[in-house]
Amino acid sequence: MTARIDRHAFELVAAVVAIAIVAHAGHLPMWLLPTAPAIVALRVFMRRRGAPIVPMWIRIVAAALLVAMIVVEYGTLFGREPGSVLGCGLLALKLLETEKVRDARVAVGFGAFVLMSALLFVQTLVFTLAVSIALVLFLAALVALQPAPAQTKRRLRSELRVGATLLALGLPLAAASFVLVPRLASPLWGTHDRGTEAHTGLDDSMEPGGLTELLVDDSPAFRAYFSDTPPPPQQRYFRSIVLTDYDGATWTRSERRDLRRPADATSIGTPLDYTIMLLPTERRWLPALDLPLSAPVGARLSADREMTSYDPVTQPREYRARSASRYTLAPTLGAGERARALALPDGFDPRTRALAERWRGDGADDAKIIDDALALFHAQFTYTLNPPLLGRDSVDDFLFATKKGFCEHYASAFVVLMRAAGIPARVVTGFQGGWWNTDGGYLLVRNSDAHAWAEAWLDGRGWVRVDPTAAVSPARIEIGASAANDSASWSQAAWLRDMRNRFDLVNGWWTEAVIRFDALRQKGMLTPFGVNDANPGDLLLVLSGVLAAVLLVATLWAMRERIVPSGDALDRAWSRLVRRLARDGVALKPGEGPLDWSARARAMLPDRAGALGALVDDYVALRYGEVTPRAERVRAFTQSVRNFCTRRTIRSGATLLSSRSS
Amino acid sequence: MAATVADLRSRALAYAERRLPALTRLRRAEKLPITLDRRRIYVLPTGFGVLFAVLLFVMLIGALNYSNNPALLLTCLLGAACGASLFIGFRAMNGLGFARADADTAHVGGALVVRFHFAPTSRTRPSLRLRSGTTEVAFALDAGSDNLVALSLVPESRGWFRPGRLRLSTDYPLGIFRIWSWLNPDVEFLVYPAIESPAPSLPSSGGRDAIAHRSGGGEDPSGLRDYRITDPPRLIAWKPSARHDALLVRDIERRGDDAVVLDYAALRALDTEARIRRLAAWVLAADASQRDYALMLPHETIGPGAGAAHRHACLRALALMPA
Repeated sequence: MTARIDRHAFELVAAVVAIAIVAHAGHLPMWLLPTAPAIVALRVFMRRRGAPIVPMWIRIVAAALLVAMIVVEYGTLFGREPGSVLGCGLLALKLLETEKVRDARVAVGFGAFVLMSALLFVQTLVFTLAVSIALVLFLAALVALQPAPAQTKRRLRSELRVGATLLALGLPLAAASFVLVPRLASPLWGTHDRGTEAHTGLDDSMEPGGLTELLVDDSPAFRAYFSDTPPPPQQRYFRSIVLTDYDGATWTRSERRDLRRPADATSIGTPLDYTIMLLPTERRWLPALDLPLSAPVGARLSADREMTSYDPVTQPREYRARSASRYTLAPTLGAGERARALALPDGFDPRTRALAERWRGDGADDAKIIDDALALFHAQFTYTLNPPLLGRDSVDDFLFATKKGFCEHYASAFVVLMRAAGIPARVVTGFQGGWWNTDGGYLLVRNSDAHAWAEAWLDGRGWVRVDPTAAVSPARIEIGASAANDSASWSQAAWLRDMRNRFDLVNGWWTEAVIRFDALRQKGMLTPFGVNDANPGDLLLVLSGVLAAVLLVATLWAMRERIVPSGDALDRAWSRLVRRLARDGVALKPGEGPLDWSARARAMLPDRAGALGALVDDYVALRYGEVTPRAERVRAFTQSVRNFCTRRTIRSGATLLSSRSS
Repeated sequence: MAATVADLRSRALAYAERRLPALTRLRRAEKLPITLDRRRIYVLPTGFGVLFAVLLFVMLIGALNYSNNPALLLTCLLGAACGASLFIGFRAMNGLGFARADADTAHVGGALVVRFHFAPTSRTRPSLRLRSGTTEVAFALDAGSDNLVALSLVPESRGWFRPGRLRLSTDYPLGIFRIWSWLNPDVEFLVYPAIESPAPSLPSSGGRDAIAHRSGGGEDPSGLRDYRITDPPRLIAWKPSARHDALLVRDIERRGDDAVVLDYAALRALDTEARIRRLAAWVLAADASQRDYALMLPHETIGPGAGAAHRHACLRALALMPA
């Protein structure tokens, strides 16, 4: 236990430590992300050069520095992020003092802990698979720390094989425990650090250009399963947030609207029923196909018919909803509502206002003004995810100078134009498009499908959805975000994107089967066995049963022992003779020599005494007379033993017969 | 602290030995071969195993608290793999046959290299440890062949040495469980006496008046001659005398002046052990100088003679001298 570990084992330990740190690469701060692997690499390099372990005081100073940096960065040591950063840092420092087997084992064990904690941040199937493959390496590192490995040319390979075998053997029990370990109905300690992280996602405020980060995020936002045929691409608008208040730069909404009665809505035609599987957003908005008619359990409809959850969505969430694809929303508009939807801050965008007033002055009606605005966009504007920066009068700048932008710019400028022309209007954000997965029969909507559009209130028709982006880039609406966002085209080939979309079916299955396996589903699990509402005690009982069965099987397997033919041909022939005589009642006692045994046997079996004595003398001469007995003599001895044994059988049979006849 | 723990540990062991001899197998020596089976293989988690269990438990609670199912799944997987390691480790020990032991000769103060032979096994058994006292050796057994493990022990007294209780253990494959068994093989090895160093030079040959005169006739090639009244009784060769119906004595002077007599009785100034150490040193010195020598002990006289067998006979007689 105190020996210095060899180079192979040390470098395997260093490798798994590095893997554990790299697993956290997604959220490590910039000062640690390069430093920690560098420390590991430096230590490996120094050790190869024969350097001793780093002095204690340097390690203490480094650890103190690490703690100080974390406190400066996060303000605390506790919580998911600071905790994982601390773990990664300490793990790298642990390697600096690792020289003995005990330290190395602690490093590997702690490394496994750090590796697992990376799953608190990423839960995808691919990452989980990667972590489980990394576990093979962790187990192999522990195997490498064993003394006196079996003689083999490929040491690493045999260690990896042991690691993989262990995981494979553990798989049945792991699956059973996963299903049966009772889930907590409520967390033991607060999840207060949730939601404080900078997750990309739609927010209840929008300033043109703010969505860029979201639009290049390729991760899935939600999956929609329709009970009938899905709506055509042009109607795949998922409504999240309605933004009415504008201060010249930012669109916001009022929280007070959450608790008001939803605006009247009537569906034209048959409503659509569907289920949405929403991935965690840390926010309360639940996207719903435009326009939601009712809210699912645990959520409500706001005055503007946004679907909001009571609690932030921190876990994948499934909800059923019903929406109207054609509808009338708020056929009458109250004075207050109308004033809010027409308000424009004073002192901003004079040229835009002038343009809208000129249109109105030409005597055009509301519908004509909308068409004019869309025609303007269509004729002169281009769609890009990298628009030039805008000045204080952002809409003026956009409409008359840069003329480049994406959905937010168009929606914002359009609404300002409408309001200036006296048409009540507001911005709606959500998702548009998605990718229809034929194999899975669902619509996959990614974060990059986030979209902003406008609603204008027309007398007699209520709020009408107008998408100015469609006028600029019809492809964005018809085909999807990936077609319009030319920035994505260089990073991903089309076939790769297609593969990813198809692979999302597996991701969906993973989310459904593993990530969303919760206390509720666990309760219903024992229904086939007659237990309708399984409580934790029932589950633990079943788990104990499975554990006992697994242990039994494992024990039987471990005790199964193959008889090994021991010794050489001479020994085998001798033991045949010994077994034969043991059946006749002359068993070889422990510690009894061949001659003593032979004397006893001859006394007990006088009829065969001569042959037996010769055999034993032969054996003694062969075994003890020579270092390596000659092969032909051993063969002759083997043959004599065989003859002796078979003859005795016949002979005793004959004796039996004769005694019976007499 | 460590001393207290060691003390407590030895007390607990002594208690267990007193109360549960069958369990601890600390007492009786067993005839070889010994085959390990489940009744004598013991398992406990190591310190690292306990630490790892705590880490796994924290992972489990964390995964449950955050409702993080992938983390829970992998925690279960890791835990189950650790559980499986117990059985893999058990298989490394189960069915192991401890066939026989032999040793080279050694003097007190030197190392006695004991070779333990294991019966051929059906599978490779890596990372086993054999421990005697504070000496430990790690080894691997290959499948299908005879295996031997050499353990270097330090005997403290001359005579028959018993290795006593040996611990065969492993924490293969992960170091999470220690699996061990006690072996107390009924074997003993001869340990030669310590060698005095530096020893005075060999006594001059022919120093004893009683046997100084040369013999007359009656010699035969076996180095015996007729008994004369002046011969000391201990020189009488009783077995040849019985065959010849006449008293014969060993003619230790036969080969002339170069036969050295190493006489226990002559070293009166020293105590028993010191005499034995000096005689042992002289035997080796005489053997090294390839001279004939005779060893005269209170109850027997060996030689004169030379060669490996003679040296062994002399050293053996010295080793087995009553204390």
